[in-house]
Amino acid sequence: MSVPKENIRNFSIIAHIDHGKSTLADRLLELTDSVAKRDMTAQLLDDMELERERGITIKAHAVKLDYTAKDGKTYELNLIDTPGHVDFNYEVSRSLAACEGAVLVVDASQGIEAQTLANTYLALDHNLELVPVINKIDLPAADPDRVAAEVEDVIGLDCSMAPRVSAKTGENVEQVLERIVEDIPAPVANDDAPLRALIFDSIYDNYKGVIVYVRVMEGTLKAGETMRMMATGAEFTVVEVGYMRATSMEPCDMLTAGEVGYITASIKTVRDAKVGDTVTKVQRPASEPLPGYRKVNPMVFCGIYPADGADYEALRDALEKLQLNDASLSYEPETSGALGFGFRCGFLGLLHLEIIQERLEREYLLDLVTTVPSVIYKIHLRDGSVVEVDNPTHYPDPADIDYAEEPVTNAHIYSPPDYVGAIMDLCQDRRGVFKDMTYLSKDRVDIHYELPLNEIIYDFFDVLKSRTRGYASFDYEISGYQRSNLQKLDVLLNGDMIDALSFIIHSDKAMARARRIAERLKETIPRQMFEIPIQIAIGSKVIARETVRAMRKDVLAKCYGGDITRKKKLLEKQKEGKKRMRQFGTVEVPQEAFMAVLKLEDNG
Amino acid sequence: MSAGLYIHIPFCARKCDYCDFYSFAPTNEQMDAYCAALCRSVVDWSGDVTEPFDTVYFGGGTPSLFGGGRIAAVLNAVRRALPLTDGAQITVECNPSSVDEALVRSLAASGVNRVSMGLQSAVAAERLVLGRQSHPRQVTQALDWFRRAGIDDLSLDLMLGLPGQTPQTLGESLRFIEQSGVPHVSAYLLKVEENTPLFAKKDTLPFPDEDGVCDLYLQAAEALEGMGLRQYEVSNFARPGFESRHNLHYWRDEPYLGIGPAAHSFFGGRRFFYPRDFGAFLRGDTPVDDGEGGDESEFCMLRLRLTEGLSDDAFFNRFGKYLPQTVFDAAARLAPHGLLTVQDGTIALTKQGFLLSNRVIGTLTDSL
Repeated sequence: MSVPKENIRNFSIIAHIDHGKSTLADRLLELTDSVAKRDMTAQLLDDMELERERGITIKAHAVKLDYTAKDGKTYELNLIDTPGHVDFNYEVSRSLAACEGAVLVVDASQGIEAQTLANTYLALDHNLELVPVINKIDLPAADPDRVAAEVEDVIGLDCSMAPRVSAKTGENVEQVLERIVEDIPAPVANDDAPLRALIFDSIYDNYKGVIVYVRVMEGTLKAGETMRMMATGAEFTVVEVGYMRATSMEPCDMLTAGEVGYITASIKTVRDAKVGDTVTKVQRPASEPLPGYRKVNPMVFCGIYPADGADYEALRDALEKLQLNDASLSYEPETSGALGFGFRCGFLGLLHLEIIQERLEREYLLDLVTTVPSVIYKIHLRDGSVVEVDNPTHYPDPADIDYAEEPVTNAHIYSPPDYVGAIMDLCQDRRGVFKDMTYLSKDRVDIHYELPLNEIIYDFFDVLKSRTRGYASFDYEISGYQRSNLQKLDVLLNGDMIDALSFIIHSDKAMARARRIAERLKETIPRQMFEIPIQIAIGSKVIARETVRAMRKDVLAKCYGGDITRKKKLLEKQKEGKKRMRQFGTVEVPQEAFMAVLKLEDNG
Repeated sequence: MSAGLYIHIPFCARKCDYCDFYSFAPTNEQMDAYCAALCRSVVDWSGDVTEPFDTVYFGGGTPSLFGGGRIAAVLNAVRRALPLTDGAQITVECNPSSVDEALVRSLAASGVNRVSMGLQSAVAAERLVLGRQSHPRQVTQALDWFRRAGIDDLSLDLMLGLPGQTPQTLGESLRFIEQSGVPHVSAYLLKVEENTPLFAKKDTLPFPDEDGVCDLYLQAAEALEGMGLRQYEVSNFARPGFESRHNLHYWRDEPYLGIGPAAHSFFGGRRFFYPRDFGAFLRGDTPVDDGEGGDESEFCMLRLRLTEGLSDDAFFNRFGKYLPQTVFDAAARLAPHGLLTVQDGTIALTKQGFLLSNRVIGTLTDSL
């Protein structure tokens, strides 16, 4: 079924995490009869197991809804879902590029939070029409008037028409659909122009190959035509085009300008269908590609190694598949003396890192060892050259270093005023420089700090949450580099340096961190056949040490009536147990030790 | 290569609280039936035997409870059906509380030339915790009877790591052993097995901690060697020439045939065992296969339990090739920690190494 172009609405929903975006999307699907009630599982668009568990949306999804509005006309609504978390601005950005408008969901009790603003600014960057929606009016603590006023004051959006809804109960949700139809403009679209379609997502299907999700800006495309990826130059014969429905793919004859849909074309390799690329036709190609996305660079790096070296190829395949629809993930092979062959991977932030790691483990059943995350340091050498270091192993000899620079962020923390003291303590402790503090309302403060990135990539968010009982929210953007007094700490076990455990740290913090790491390693490394000295060193100077005492007894004293099998089984079991361990020289280190080094902060 | 013959006697008047071996309190009829079944089994095996046996070992259980007459009957059957070398070492395990002069005379008359008895501890409180009925005086008495009957090859079992055991109480037990003058001692670290009465009450007992147990082991080893009993295996000490030749078959990865329920064998290249089922054995059920035996890893695992160690030559004689360099490399990494020595192509564990033998041996066999 096709509708006139003036009846098409392409929109996203943006919100701070937990403000009810996914639940609202579910209600919209129900209201437009896109999903039978019996097929409805909570948060339908979040179809990754991980997403449902964490209650966050990781990947962009898209779905076409049919809606008959109060004016009697039928509209084609294309909902493009976006992730809410700061780490995923890039994905938000690419979803927004395919839209003319966005529904801004704000929690009626919590009001504006860090990502509310971050996402709003992104949407405004894309010139989107914003439809404010006050959600969760069913909560006892809901104060829609106050929150509406906050939105008007802080963002400058007129909230007089803003629907006040409960996505949970469904109350007033139909008003959201009416506002989408009335306030968001139809696409400006010309079917006769040469094809230009923006790839905003893609998935891999074992039968169809890469399925490309596009927003057609101009022109048309149908099966049998030959298309070209403008960035890569790869050409494919279109096998099928169609629309994304909530629970299935719906093939159609032709995708036309203004529409959102999918293309299959027996695309085998992921690299040929880059998200952000423009699709055109070989017959009458467009002369200029669409502006791609703001290229985002990974900010946080770590080594990912297969626990079992034999899984190296499997890990590479998995990373390649993940990168298909997560262009912000980067990886390149690296070798560690301690861990063997693996990959140096780049991420947008720590959450992104954790999610990729979990997806590799859950979806690809890989057992991984992850090294301490690092940011990119700029090291200015005495000979005038500058090296960028994202792996502590490559840290230059201190004697060659003139000075070092580290990335810093503009960080905004939004919180009830009660926690200002705790937050400032935390930021101070993380080498933060106070910028200013603004009262958004009488119970909402925006605390602005300049914080070094390497202070927030480990556990900053976890600690912030625990110190503010979950009330504070946090957002940051890289603001540049600053000179910094850095040092590389090395970990030595039994006298051998474990390259995978080295990390770079500000010198003021080196001593305390070194002690803490030594303690944590002592707790995590099981006793072995001999005493294991743990040393943390800067260059050749040891600044912290601990000792794992030797185990003394592990023996089967007796032979039970010649029962040798029992002993053999014991040895086999022991061998199995060793597989969970990493062998460094004569020392066995459990994989948990690597995580223990990451998460150093005590709770509270 | 001569082999060992093991006869399991699954009978005990009362089970000790730490024991999970297969045994039960029998009637005379059950013991008679079992004696007949053993004799039949010996005959059944005779067709498969190519090498002579140089040891016979009656273990249990409590062979002394089985009685001198039945042991003599089984030994007769063995001599008739199986090749036995001259001077074969014939051992019977005895519980001091079931030894009397008649038994001693009968065992000596039937050719038994070695006896092993459980002392466990010379300290009353420690024996009580183990549920041992006999008294050290009975041990002294039994040793005297055996010697008078011409059996000098005598061994005592000693237990280490008992609840309440201290260097002082262990000293008492060691003094008892010294006075007894036995030429062989097995000193076992107590292992609390599941499904034993001791396991059920273990949390209420004052077991020495890991360091304490290790110190007791080292104290015992040192004292026994001071008496001229050289350590030759993780838990075994003997005056030279008085080693348990039967147990050496186990540690040298040589063949042995085990008869009776719960007895294990390494015979004809296979490992197999009789299930822990008395009735099945009486019916003549065949043993259960437990896979191929005697591979390189097993050979190393067992040889490394001996103080003579794992030698390149012995490995070559057995497998026609030398020990891989990787094993020596692994050994070289452990040697500086005092866990083993490497000398003239022989890897031998130290006393500290024996205490960690599961780890040390695992590390070496993983390097094969």
